[in-house]
Amino acid sequence: MSAPLASPPATEAALLWLVLLVPPLLGLLAWRFPPRRMLPVLLAGLPLPLATLWLLPRVAGGAVLEGSWAPGGLQLHWRLDGLAGLLLLLTQLLLLASAAYAVGHRRATELAERAFAGFWPLLGGLAAALGVIWVAADLLTLYAALELMGLTAVGMMLLPGKPEALAAGLRYLLYALVGSLAWLLGVALLLGATGRLDLAGLAADAEAGPVTGIAMALLAAGLLLKAAVFPLHGWLAPVHASAWTQVSALHGALVVKASFFILMQLWQRLVPEAQAAAWLLGALGSLAVLWGGLQAWRASRLKQVVAWSTVGQLGYLMLAFPLLAGTSAAVASLAWQATWLQLAGHALAKAAMFMAAGNLVLSVGQSRLADLAGTSRQLPLSLMTFGLAAVTLMGLPPSAGFTAKWLLLQAAILAGQWPWVIVLVAGTLLTAAYVFRVFRCAFVEEAPRHDFRPLPAGMDLIALLLALAALALGLGAEWPLALLREGGLP
Amino acid sequence: MSGALILLATLGSSLLAAVIIFLLPERAFRARTGLNLGAALIKLGLVAWMVWGLSRGGEYAVEFPVLEGLAFVLRADPLGIMFAGLSSLLWLFTTVYAIGYLEDSPNRKRFFGFFSLCVASTLGISLAGNLFTFLVFYELLTLSTYPLVAHRGTAKALAAGKVYLRFTLTAGLVLMIGMVALHALAGDIRFGQREILAEFGPERRPLLVGLFWVLIAGFGVKAALVPLHGWLPRAMVAPAPVSALLHAVAVVKAGAFGIVRLVYDVYGIELSDALGLLNGLVAVASVTILYGSLRALAQQELKPRLAYSTVSQVSYIVLGIGLFGPLGTIAALSHLLHQGLMKITLFFCAGNYAEELGIHRIDELDGAGRRMPLTSLAFTVGALGMIGLPPVVGFLSKWYLGTGAIQAGLPWVIAVLVASSLLNAAYFLPILARLWFRPGPDHGVGAWPEERRLGRLETHAWLLVPAVVTALFSLMAGVLAGMPFSPLEWATGVANAEYLP
Repeated sequence: MSAPLASPPATEAALLWLVLLVPPLLGLLAWRFPPRRMLPVLLAGLPLPLATLWLLPRVAGGAVLEGSWAPGGLQLHWRLDGLAGLLLLLTQLLLLASAAYAVGHRRATELAERAFAGFWPLLGGLAAALGVIWVAADLLTLYAALELMGLTAVGMMLLPGKPEALAAGLRYLLYALVGSLAWLLGVALLLGATGRLDLAGLAADAEAGPVTGIAMALLAAGLLLKAAVFPLHGWLAPVHASAWTQVSALHGALVVKASFFILMQLWQRLVPEAQAAAWLLGALGSLAVLWGGLQAWRASRLKQVVAWSTVGQLGYLMLAFPLLAGTSAAVASLAWQATWLQLAGHALAKAAMFMAAGNLVLSVGQSRLADLAGTSRQLPLSLMTFGLAAVTLMGLPPSAGFTAKWLLLQAAILAGQWPWVIVLVAGTLLTAAYVFRVFRCAFVEEAPRHDFRPLPAGMDLIALLLALAALALGLGAEWPLALLREGGLP
Repeated sequence: MSGALILLATLGSSLLAAVIIFLLPERAFRARTGLNLGAALIKLGLVAWMVWGLSRGGEYAVEFPVLEGLAFVLRADPLGIMFAGLSSLLWLFTTVYAIGYLEDSPNRKRFFGFFSLCVASTLGISLAGNLFTFLVFYELLTLSTYPLVAHRGTAKALAAGKVYLRFTLTAGLVLMIGMVALHALAGDIRFGQREILAEFGPERRPLLVGLFWVLIAGFGVKAALVPLHGWLPRAMVAPAPVSALLHAVAVVKAGAFGIVRLVYDVYGIELSDALGLLNGLVAVASVTILYGSLRALAQQELKPRLAYSTVSQVSYIVLGIGLFGPLGTIAALSHLLHQGLMKITLFFCAGNYAEELGIHRIDELDGAGRRMPLTSLAFTVGALGMIGLPPVVGFLSKWYLGTGAIQAGLPWVIAVLVASSLLNAAYFLPILARLWFRPGPDHGVGAWPEERRLGRLETHAWLLVPAVVTALFSLMAGVLAGMPFSPLEWATGVANAEYLP
């Protein structure tokens, strides 16, 4: 292909691709020489977020780094704007935390050496897949990255090697494949109708009509399945129950969000004005908030509580669709900021919460809520971390969840879309109900004493740092939100 | 030091203390005690410095943007510093009391950590410069008091914690919706920018009225306005210092203070009057005052009686707000302080009776005045103040409320006040009679439920001293009401600033 390419400054582009491609190499290295301490992992991973931090000012003020390349007759596009840069930074930080946690987890439990070594290349692959998803600007690259993400995620789920992990992992694989099939059909329809696959071109060429509508519906169905949005969430909770903590943390924090991110990108470009469909997505999100909250409230095991809470919290993100469709610019801007702030806050808090819950379960040796009695005295730090993460999930101040809820409420009130106000209220109360149920169990004083297994201090510390980051993002939201505002909606 | 730095140091002192306490091991008793008292003293000193600085025209403010068009604002104004002064003064006494009260009990680290977090939130509430900042600390207060209410970990304590959360979290959400709607309507209103809402045209008036009542419903839960008061009596299972905290220092006060801010600094008293909001407030407050007193009369145990008495007394503040005119405002603001002083004394004393003698029921108090004379004297001062006898400060509150009612043209409010005072007398005087005039175990009649000899004095010194000192403060604030920096003088200054253009 010979289309003239807008060429970004070479240094920036090279650095970006370096940042995207180094993690798999690090993963392979760690496969060969599995790390035994946290420090080397942190030192090896730290340059990546630093590089992204260096890139971020270059996409401030609405600037965009973009380009394309043409391997074997295909035209592939990429694009780094403020949103993608922020998500890249978030991803790198969470992957780093998860990697360091994995080392501690390995020290605290007896894991098979081979399974532990296998974690690292999968982690590297997941990092690359997520990075590419944030910057990809055509459907083909997105498809490849989405598949890579799904496969690495399934691989990680299978690592524990237990029968229930295998069953849950394979079910996840099945769901993911069905999702991919729907996605491919949608892509084929779009390709047939417009003859192109790059997002910018599709936005320009796709005409509102039945073909675009059906294609978008197929794409959305596939993505909603992968994002575990109600009612397609059935695979999520079992997967988390049996997976390793660091894997659950990554999955709940990032993997399901990636599908949501793609959906939002496509929706805004192909059918930004489809109000009825957007309201349908909002309604699904509302049901997710309610159902996820109820199930988390009823769950008897700690990790199940956290997993169901993911289903509920994803529902908040879906409220963005009706608030963006056909509303005033002010409302759309508020909803746009709220969505990504909520996503980031939830990612940090959910990773922290999974890790804190994992620490509690590991230390107590039991996974039922009732077995948590006495933890408030024995494991105050893990419980405190769980609580701090829960503050974000409940949307109480000072936290990213609170600031995002403020924005969402403001958008809903300004737009006069009152149902979402009720959903936010109900979701908050449900979240408080299941969170404080955990605390009531932990505060019980008269209980049989367990033996509490001591854990490496780093495991608690990583979780605590993530939870504090979610809190700090609440009052320190202006910097990332300014980047988002300047970037504008796609 | 610059103004912003002092402000942040005041807030940070207890925040930092909380963090360090959480990091210290459970057995580090001395370090924790030192840290608690040190932080409380430093905070009191910094607030005193700001009081002095403000009276000389100093400026203490710090802010940064959180969202587009919304800032996190901390600012010390006379009203806020008044509340900050109250809470940091009472905090010192509560800390002393709590250290004595919780001697040898488990989970002290958790208790004192959240205790410090609680005072940080209260300070944040008093220094908040707009509704957003206020809400941040208001919710933080809810979160940090929950572990204190549920502290004992018994089924009853956990159930009380559950009820507490149900009420306060729901109220927090209602408050948040009201604030967001107000923000969507009028933008970021700093406290004191009364002109913003006053300039809205008549077509917006119904909306403003609706939002006002939404916000009052949010504040009303913590302020224990009937019918939103249900959590307060149930939270009585918490340890005595926590009750002092809920009733006198932080929680119900935060609710009442929120209403003060809303009426005086967001809507402005003139707009509130023009919209007819004040009459509603007076009605709600009158009902709450009478209902609380009646329920208090029906209680057979000491702490629940005090709890319902709080329900009734805190509404004096709301009543004062509702009376249009400087006298009502003075009554409201000064009662915010006066009620805190008197009620904390009463709760300290109730805790002392329970700890030293195992007394929980009122009929067990017979003759306790002879066994614990200083505690009983302190209790008497507090009780007489609540009834409104001079020279205890409670008299001043009622005096200004009465004259304020006449100034506002609502003479029937005086009937409410008289009825309430009679009821106060009816539920406090029998207790005093039992304390001083009935023969008890020390006269050779019966036995104390569970007597412990906690110290060489009539009880543990750490328990006795705070009760006596706060009683003395209640007396002095009444006797020396005309001196500069007395609660009444400060409240008068704030009220004048509100009504003079």
